Amino acid sequence: MNISDFIAKVEAEFEDVEPGTLTPSTILKEAFTWDSVNALIFLAHVNVEYDVEISANELIEAVSINDLYELVESKLIKIA
Amino acid sequence: MALFSVPDIKISGIAACVPEDVYHNCEYDWVEEKERATLIRTIGVEQKRHARKGTTTADLCYDAAEKLLELLRWERKDIELVIFVSQSRDYIIPATAGLLQDRLRLSHATMAFDIGLGCSGYVYGLSVIGSLMSTGRIKKALLFTGDISTLNTSFRDKSAFPLFGDAGTATALEYSPGAKPMVFNLQTDGSGYDAILIPDGGIRNFADKETSFEYHKISEGIYRNGFNIALDGIQVFNFSLREVKRNVNRLMEFAGTSLDEVDYLVLHQANKLMNETIRKQLKLSPVKVPLSLKEYGNTSSASIPLTMVTQIREELEAGTSRLLLSGFGVGLSWGSVLLETDHLQCPVILVHPNP
Repeated sequence: MNISDFIAKVEAEFEDVEPGTLTPSTILKEAFTWDSVNALIFLAHVNVEYDVEISANELIEAVSINDLYELVESKLIKIA
Repeated sequence: MALFSVPDIKISGIAACVPEDVYHNCEYDWVEEKERATLIRTIGVEQKRHARKGTTTADLCYDAAEKLLELLRWERKDIELVIFVSQSRDYIIPATAGLLQDRLRLSHATMAFDIGLGCSGYVYGLSVIGSLMSTGRIKKALLFTGDISTLNTSFRDKSAFPLFGDAGTATALEYSPGAKPMVFNLQTDGSGYDAILIPDGGIRNFADKETSFEYHKISEGIYRNGFNIALDGIQVFNFSLREVKRNVNRLMEFAGTSLDEVDYLVLHQANKLMNETIRKQLKLSPVKVPLSLKEYGNTSSASIPLTMVTQIREELEAGTSRLLLSGFGVGLSWGSVLLETDHLQCPVILVHPNP
């Protein structure tokens, strides 16, 4: 997994995000409606794509796209 | 681990019944139009059925049973066991199964009782009724499942109101030596009891006229009182994505078979995002995993038989089907069953007229 690949997949997952608009420093709340429904869509996406589970508390702490990426990556390292 | 197999029991028929009133989620003006569209797309529920006050789950189950008995031409005296699986019983006491025994004019030699489960209720119900029939050589039995959830759901709760629909079902089972066994894997984690909860009205938080009826703001767009269903979406979501695939894979291993050998996986209809994610985890194509969410929403313990009746009725009537049924949620309670049906009696979904 690398961050550009991660971003491309997140962009494809959310209907209200234009492809190519997200960067590692994008603030989640500014880019799209970062509400509970979109949080669930994100949880489902990383579960199928990377087979990782993220809790509500971990998700609340993420501010930027890079935070999400690092969160998923830290779980992948634990599995490996 | 509760892994076991129940021999000699055949499912003869399944019927489902819903109340007359249709609620369209596009009219749910508690949330703004854009958010509403995202919500509908994500949960996959465009419309669902709402019971009016005065209609009970047992009323819907009764209609389903009468239709089934007429089609099967069963002698009522042969029915010796009735189980009602629900979280919306007619009265606090007594058990609703007895009311159904009487209304259906079944004999006093009938064993009848309730089971208080929701999302996992159909699978659990089949395991209990099948086991009792198998050991007691009970000739014929009726399993009822379903809920009226909409009366307990707060309109001002966007996390629950658009999701739930009402339905009741009846399943007819027969003792049939040599019938393919039903194979179960049943599980529980009561530490998650508060993931789906109606806090007041039981003995723990006895109904109180000062506090139970008062609405509280839980978060943006979510207001509830003590009698309303409270859903912890993320907790239920993570639990389901973690446990359902494990439960199913373990069952397949125990039964010595694989998902390739299964014609349909019928999941409890939780919400579209959850069901589709589980389907992807198990690497199954959409045609093998039917959904009834779009028209009926999440109907609790009715959702598996309702999906069978509304989505794969013709296949079930025409021949033999190898099914994997899986229910998961409130409790937390979850379980799956592998079974085979053969020329099921499966009437078109029934509509219960408003009182």
